[in-house]
Amino acid sequence: MARLVKLFMQIDNIKEAHFVRNRIAEENRQRENSAAVRIQSWFRGCRVRAYLSRIHRKATMIQKTWRGFKAREHFRQRVKTAYFLMKMNFYNKMAVKIQQRWRGYYVRKYVHNYYARKRYLEALTQKNEQIRRELEELAEHQRKERERVAMEREEQEKYVRAQRLHFLLSTKQCPGVFNSPFRPEPDEMELRLRRVKPVRTMSAPKESWPMNQQPSSYQHNKERLPPIHNTPQGPFRPAVEVQQQRYRPLEPSLRVATSITALEEAREELRRQEWRTRLIDHPFLPFSKAPNKKYEPLLHAASPYQQTEYGTKHFREENRSQLETKKLFRRVFTTCHVFDKFGRLYSNTGKTV
Amino acid sequence: MSQRQVLQVFEQYQKARTQFVQTVAELATRPQNVETLQNAGVMSLLRPLLLDTVPTIQQTAALALGRLANYNDDLAEAVVKADILPQLVYSLAEQNRFYKKAAAFVLRAVAKHSAELAQAVVDCGALDALVISLEEFDPGVKEAAAWALGYIARHNGQLAQAVVDSGAFPLLVLCIQEPEIAVKRIAASTLSDIAKHSPELAQTVVDTGAIAHLAQMTLNPDAKLKRQVFSALGQISKHSVDLAEMVVEAEIFPAVLACLKDPDEYVRKNVTTLMREITKHTPELSQMIVNAGGVAAVIDYLGDSKGNVRLPGIMMLGYVAAHSENLAMAVIVSKGVPQLAICLVEEPEDHIKAATAWAFGQIGRHTPEHARAVAAANVLPKLLNLYLDTQSSEDLQVKAKKALKSVLQKCTYLPALEPLLYEAPSNILKHVICQFSKVLLSWILRGSAGEGGELSASLRCSRNPISTIQFMNFCVLLKFIIYCDIMHFIYLSSTLFY
Repeated sequence: MARLVKLFMQIDNIKEAHFVRNRIAEENRQRENSAAVRIQSWFRGCRVRAYLSRIHRKATMIQKTWRGFKAREHFRQRVKTAYFLMKMNFYNKMAVKIQQRWRGYYVRKYVHNYYARKRYLEALTQKNEQIRRELEELAEHQRKERERVAMEREEQEKYVRAQRLHFLLSTKQCPGVFNSPFRPEPDEMELRLRRVKPVRTMSAPKESWPMNQQPSSYQHNKERLPPIHNTPQGPFRPAVEVQQQRYRPLEPSLRVATSITALEEAREELRRQEWRTRLIDHPFLPFSKAPNKKYEPLLHAASPYQQTEYGTKHFREENRSQLETKKLFRRVFTTCHVFDKFGRLYSNTGKTV
Repeated sequence: MSQRQVLQVFEQYQKARTQFVQTVAELATRPQNVETLQNAGVMSLLRPLLLDTVPTIQQTAALALGRLANYNDDLAEAVVKADILPQLVYSLAEQNRFYKKAAAFVLRAVAKHSAELAQAVVDCGALDALVISLEEFDPGVKEAAAWALGYIARHNGQLAQAVVDSGAFPLLVLCIQEPEIAVKRIAASTLSDIAKHSPELAQTVVDTGAIAHLAQMTLNPDAKLKRQVFSALGQISKHSVDLAEMVVEAEIFPAVLACLKDPDEYVRKNVTTLMREITKHTPELSQMIVNAGGVAAVIDYLGDSKGNVRLPGIMMLGYVAAHSENLAMAVIVSKGVPQLAICLVEEPEDHIKAATAWAFGQIGRHTPEHARAVAAANVLPKLLNLYLDTQSSEDLQVKAKKALKSVLQKCTYLPALEPLLYEAPSNILKHVICQFSKVLLSWILRGSAGEGGELSASLRCSRNPISTIQFMNFCVLLKFIIYCDIMHFIYLSSTLFY
């Protein structure tokens, strides 16, 4: 209760205080309101800012991870391409090295082979030397040959002259023209006159065969084998002829060349040809569709008692007894050699068979 | 008068005629009598004697006419104008072999002077008659007929074609196979005369299979026959590659090289002509001949012979060297260059010198090695002299200049280039300077005495060789800037201000 009394005593204060407080509050309301608003706005702002910064942070984080992801991917790609390029460069360099080597080898071996060319030139020099030597030898040989022939001819002429002047031979009594006593020796012609033989009747002039016309080096190159026979062998037929005779082809006569079944084969061939070429398989049929008429024999050929033999069994008057004595008709003969040599005789007259 | 006296008159007349004709024939062998005989009107007197009844008089008259026509072409024209030829041709078919020989001799004597006379001979139908007489047995008649055909065919292509058209060919090929040497000779010379005009005629010769026979006859010892055979083969092979290959396929090499030592000069010349005609077509043919040792044989031949006959040998070496640098090196290795240098010096004739200069150009133009070989034989000053000599012909000067240029463009052998520095005219000198600059450039840049050891004392006179080169180059540089390589100019100018 005391409290209540206290409170009743303070009712006026309270009313006054209420109005004062209201007045004060009213005066401070604006200020306090704006302050409150400010505080609220600031707090809101903080809150929003915090929210914004949060979402910024989140966004940044997302972007960051995404960018890192993409960049790492890109980087991996670049690493791959760099690796690939590195490998390709390496391969290219190696390929270039291989190509260099190969091209060098190929050119040195096939296009311009220095050693082959050197060898060729050396071989050429040797060949030239050989040719020069052989030609010299040949020229020498021919020159000697000519000289020899000239000398022999001269010798022959002098001999003939000596034969003709045989009467100028010096005798014991009278020295000849060529044997002057004032000379120390008789002349060459005198010696020839002494050696000469009288002229005989002309025999066939013997030509000395010319010596082998090959130079010595060529002769030695051919190897000579020892002879096969000791006795001289006769004149040989030329080898071509012998070969021709040995391998002459068989020339059978017409009878031998024909096969034994030629006739049957010909018939068979005819049959086959007929079978091949015949277009119409059915034989020609008569027009009439009437059934086969029975054959009516001739009345005049029919005898009263039976059918006559003539017209049915045989058609011709023949004399059987006479025919039996007759020899059979020959169908096989001995060969006739008329055409065997056709085209094979040597002379043309034989061809008019 | 009695019968005997009448006959005596005739006998006297016959004797007189015989004597006249024989004397005229004998006189016609000497050239100094021919003028007198012509002025005395011997043609008109001999003409009726051709129609004489006595065969001896006919033959001797024909012989005399032949000798007269042989002497010069006025008489041959007189023979043609006097209408003697148709009579001869007509009796060529009829008479005995002595008359045929004499008549063929007359035809040959007329045809040999010029193409018009040969045409006149052809126009009176001589070809058929000559072809018929080629079928005779007597070798003398064959020889005379073949000779006449050869002289007719010699002049130009139409006449040769006419001879071929008259069907003489197979008979000529048969004549070649005859055993008598004289007939073979003449037939070979006729084939050579026919084949030389055009490729078609040469092909006709080849088609009748004459090459095999000609190739066989190269082994014959008779010199005149070999002359004709080689001349024929040469004329055949000169036209085209196929014909040359066919001649080579007849396997005449290397046996033909032996004929290069034949004592007869013209055989050797014709062999070298044949080789030249073969080598000029393709490198393969030249290679074949080089491998057979032909180059060495030809070089020896050049050493043995003198004068005009050297020309085919020189040209053959030129053709061989022209094809490729391998073959040129083969020529050098076979010691061709010293021999050609000797030829260049010895020969007085301009055309041979021109051919030698051309051959040198072909040898030296391939690589510096070749040019060095040519230059080392001391040939370049000689070529320069030939070029500068006012007495040399146009052709020689042109060829010497070309050869000099082509050798100089590859020559790096400085001692040989030096003498040219002093004497050469400007258009040659620019090449020499170019070569010097190419060689010395690397030497300058290296600064060592690499090529310097090869320079003569005159260039190394100063202690500092570079200044000498500078001076030299500076003198001529202004003049030859546009000719030398621009890079050389840049290098040289950089060394000037070095």
